[in-house]
Amino acid sequence: MFKDHFVEIRHLSFKREDKLIFNDVDLTINRGKITAIMGPSGTGKTTLLKLIGGQLKPDQGEITIDGNNLSNISRTQLFKLRERIGMLFQSGALFSDLTVFENVAFPMREHTQLPNDIINDLVSMKLQAVGLRGAKDLMPSELSGGMARRVALARAIALDPDMIMYDEPFTGQDPITKGVLVKLIKLLNDSLNITSILVSHDVQETCSIADFIYLIANGKVIGSGTPSELMNNPSLQIRQFMQGLPDGPVPFHYPTQQSYHEAMLHHE
Amino acid sequence: MNNFLMQLNQFRNNITESLAAIGRAALLLIQSLWFIPDSKKIISLLIKQIYQEGVLSLLIIVLSGLFIGMVIGLEGYNVLSGFGSESALGQMIALSILRELGPVVAALLFAGRAGSALTAEIGHMKTTEQLASMEMMGVDPLRRIIAPRLLAGFISLPILTMIFSVVGIWGGYLVGVRWLGVYEGSFWSNMQASVEFGEDVFNGIIKSLVFGFIVTWIAVFQGYDSKPTSLGISNATTKTVVFSSLAILAMDFILTALMFGDH
Repeated sequence: MFKDHFVEIRHLSFKREDKLIFNDVDLTINRGKITAIMGPSGTGKTTLLKLIGGQLKPDQGEITIDGNNLSNISRTQLFKLRERIGMLFQSGALFSDLTVFENVAFPMREHTQLPNDIINDLVSMKLQAVGLRGAKDLMPSELSGGMARRVALARAIALDPDMIMYDEPFTGQDPITKGVLVKLIKLLNDSLNITSILVSHDVQETCSIADFIYLIANGKVIGSGTPSELMNNPSLQIRQFMQGLPDGPVPFHYPTQQSYHEAMLHHE
Repeated sequence: MNNFLMQLNQFRNNITESLAAIGRAALLLIQSLWFIPDSKKIISLLIKQIYQEGVLSLLIIVLSGLFIGMVIGLEGYNVLSGFGSESALGQMIALSILRELGPVVAALLFAGRAGSALTAEIGHMKTTEQLASMEMMGVDPLRRIIAPRLLAGFISLPILTMIFSVVGIWGGYLVGVRWLGVYEGSFWSNMQASVEFGEDVFNGIIKSLVFGFIVTWIAVFQGYDSKPTSLGISNATTKTVVFSSLAILAMDFILTALMFGDH
């Protein structure tokens, strides 16, 4: 394993209820870089993050995070490793019975013995970084979608993690919030040298900040490269996704039952 | 024939799924109680949960205990006065509440009030990815969320049952002595003479300990194992109330047979 590889995924296969989500996938996430994982909805991008976070176990293959092979470590070691990883969930996943302040303070209270006044200062700094210091006393139900995601980001960076995984951070956000999130992700990555995995299907926003992109469809990596390399790739499948064409190798129609069986027969 | 085979297959799948669910429930219990958080944290979490599960169930327990005691007082008086033995009313009320009605009714009410709330709360936390986000922060939800809720349930129900029994006996006293005019001295002295601590009071407490364990375990597991959708939460909540109620009644029969069966 190379020192600049933070995450390495080798020969990953994963099935869910007989449906093959990943089929022999290889991926490398470089240390300190923003690596985007893109692909159409339903291709298992979020599942991939759950596999990297150890919430799901692969059927085959192995995932290594900073030298720790997830299939060989104990539950306690896995939880210890997760303290170094932040994750921004699509929904924000804030604790609904805690205030914004307490949400951000939660990982600090759980994992450190810091006194209250230091936690106070640290939480204020994290909230300041996402521009929401003024919202510290609000409850999650009082926040807009964009604000909730920024609070969740402040919580994800609470323990100064080595890596952050962003699950569809731009989905459902207005253009201003999208701009803010793009700026924040880039800023955090550059200033704190955090390794970032950005799962998204928003081509424009992702291409503007990603150092490297993996394009996933039908359980395989169908293309990888820098944003400009992918934009200029001649492959029909890659062009369809990057340019948002309604029809192409990824069909407009969901397969019917019969054609699905035919496809399976054909596949065999 | 084909239809029969399909039904057989469905039946087999149901059995497999039920056994798998029991396995998952056992695993949840072991994993959450094995890794209880450190004592400083568990105490504050436990106090909060005892408030949620126990203190907030007090009103329904006290009111139900009062009315049930009053009804037994009334019914008991009607039957006993026919034989001229209304002085045995205290004994009848105390024994029926301490041995049976107290533990069983308190547990059924606890399943409806606190059990369903536990399932819905944990199910909602699962649906909104709060449990997943906790896991990803390196905080084990089994220790942080499940363990204190389980322990709080184990502690709360026996205490609620004792309160239920005391209020129930007092309700019977109000109706029997204060309203219907049974002699107060014989009401209490008969009760005192016939109720034994080890046989009646202690066995009732053992029952409530077992019911508290069952109800909380079912409630917590149903929430944790629920499908992360609105329908999933509603199904899980229903299952908690139905499974807990049936388990309470079945266990009550088994425990009663073990405790009082050879008399």
